[in-house]
Amino acid sequence: MITIRGVSYEIQGQPILRDIDLDLPRGGVTALIGPNGAGKSTLLSLIARLKKLQSGRIGVDDLEVGKCSDRDLAKVLAIMPQSGHVSARLRVGELVEMGRYPWHQGRPGAHDREIVAETLTRFSLDALRDRFLDEISGGQRQRALAAMAYAQGTDYLLLDEPLNNLDIAAARHLMRLLRDMATGGGKTIVIVLHDINFAAAFADRIVVMHEGRIAADGAPETIITQDLLTGVFGTDAEILTLGARPVVMV
Amino acid sequence: MARRFVILGLILGLSALGYMTLGAVGSWSFLIPFRGAKLAALLLTGASIATATLLFQTITANRILTPSIMGFDSLYMAVLTVLVFTLGASGYAALPAPLLFFLNLGVMSALGILLFLALLAGGRGDMLKLVLTGIVLGILIRALSSFLQRMIDPSEFSSLQAASFARFTHVDPLLLGLSALVSIPAIALAWRMRHRLDVLSLGTEAATGLGEPPRRGQKQALVLICVLIGSATALAGPMSSGFSGPSNFLGLIVVALARMVTPSFRHAVLLPSAILVSGIVLIGGQTVMERVLHLSTPLPVVIELVGGLLFLVLLLRGSRQ
Repeated sequence: MITIRGVSYEIQGQPILRDIDLDLPRGGVTALIGPNGAGKSTLLSLIARLKKLQSGRIGVDDLEVGKCSDRDLAKVLAIMPQSGHVSARLRVGELVEMGRYPWHQGRPGAHDREIVAETLTRFSLDALRDRFLDEISGGQRQRALAAMAYAQGTDYLLLDEPLNNLDIAAARHLMRLLRDMATGGGKTIVIVLHDINFAAAFADRIVVMHEGRIAADGAPETIITQDLLTGVFGTDAEILTLGARPVVMV
Repeated sequence: MARRFVILGLILGLSALGYMTLGAVGSWSFLIPFRGAKLAALLLTGASIATATLLFQTITANRILTPSIMGFDSLYMAVLTVLVFTLGASGYAALPAPLLFFLNLGVMSALGILLFLALLAGGRGDMLKLVLTGIVLGILIRALSSFLQRMIDPSEFSSLQAASFARFTHVDPLLLGLSALVSIPAIALAWRMRHRLDVLSLGTEAATGLGEPPRRGQKQALVLICVLIGSATALAGPMSSGFSGPSNFLGLIVVALARMVTPSFRHAVLLPSAILVSGIVLIGGQTVMERVLHLSTPLPVVIELVGGLLFLVLLLRGSRQ
């Protein structure tokens, strides 16, 4: 379980997060949504210790972020950051293999290679294995980065807007993979999303953030209401219900 | 990949053999230690500069930067200028070599630590800030030393100019030993960091996610860079023409060549290959210049010319991507 207690964060006096308390239990896909500047990415970065905590505490299982060793946390929690820019010139296979680093510290064994091969197949990257990252499309690169985070073999997987710049086919493919990992693989997935419809379609739980606070928290069908769209997102789009799933008409 | 290393090793061996034997005049009992010391100095300087440049490019995530952008060469010139200015050319020549070595090494490490503090001061200060601080410091130091140079007696100035190029015409065995004592452990430490450097080269966020705090690795690499450049420069003089040189072209050339010959992002590959290439460029270049063409031009002048062209090619290629 990820426990967030009394977390506030500010940048040059400007509050980004205000006293957040949140529990993210094991299992399932949780989507963080909210308008631009609501603090979703900041919260995710704080959990993944990409940013330093200013106040409050974050715990992942029995590890406390910022206090526990970086290496121990890397075996429990993996992050796919928003800016998927990799400055080194490396191949897709090598990138995915780097995901195993917390376990092998630079000396991959047979078990690591097995996991890398399985990950490449799972993410349909076998054909791209020997291609350089700067030679493949944006969608393929996002998939490779997600594969690297998956290969890390952690219980928790955090993704910061992985659907950026993806076309609909690539976006659905990636979300299905994540859905399968949560359902079949028992992983806990926390994902920052922009598109409410994607969140409604693939997440078990939606956490809505607004001006640095948690505005709503629950199952998609209870969360996505007309009030949410007008109150939090400031737009008057219509909501239809198809089957049990709410769909925002854009 | 292994074959390429063998070929690199063979070329380096041939260059060293050529350097030791070509144009031999006089008795071997004199030539072998005399040339051997110079050969060792070339190898040591080359290895130090190659390692420092590779580390610098990794922590700054930039493949056209070299540590001399941080003003290391200008610092060497400043020390030299201040000494000639205060003691005169004859007073400078009378200084014991080990004193000069430690003075240079000390001043350069001090600059490194200063920059290091600048990096820490910002809290979340990034590498770009560090590099910019280094550039500005370099300009300041260069301006101060050229101010002093203008006030120096012209004849003393010419002796200063002669000392401002890297030279391997005569190598003091004591200096060589001191430099080896500093450089070889530093290179060994860089080798021990090789897997962590691979992770750092993925970028700060990815490195953090993989449990490798980037700030710590960057600091350690920075210390190694300062020590390596300091000891190489104190041994042989600045590898860029002291008066201008925005970039240490030897480091640029050898790391770029190493990336071409052994294309990999792994430091376990790049580090030895950059060191081998560096040895080939320095020893092979020196052999051709001294023994084959019988030129007295310092090798760095040629390296600057080739390096300048390569720098342009890298820039143009980079902007196309």
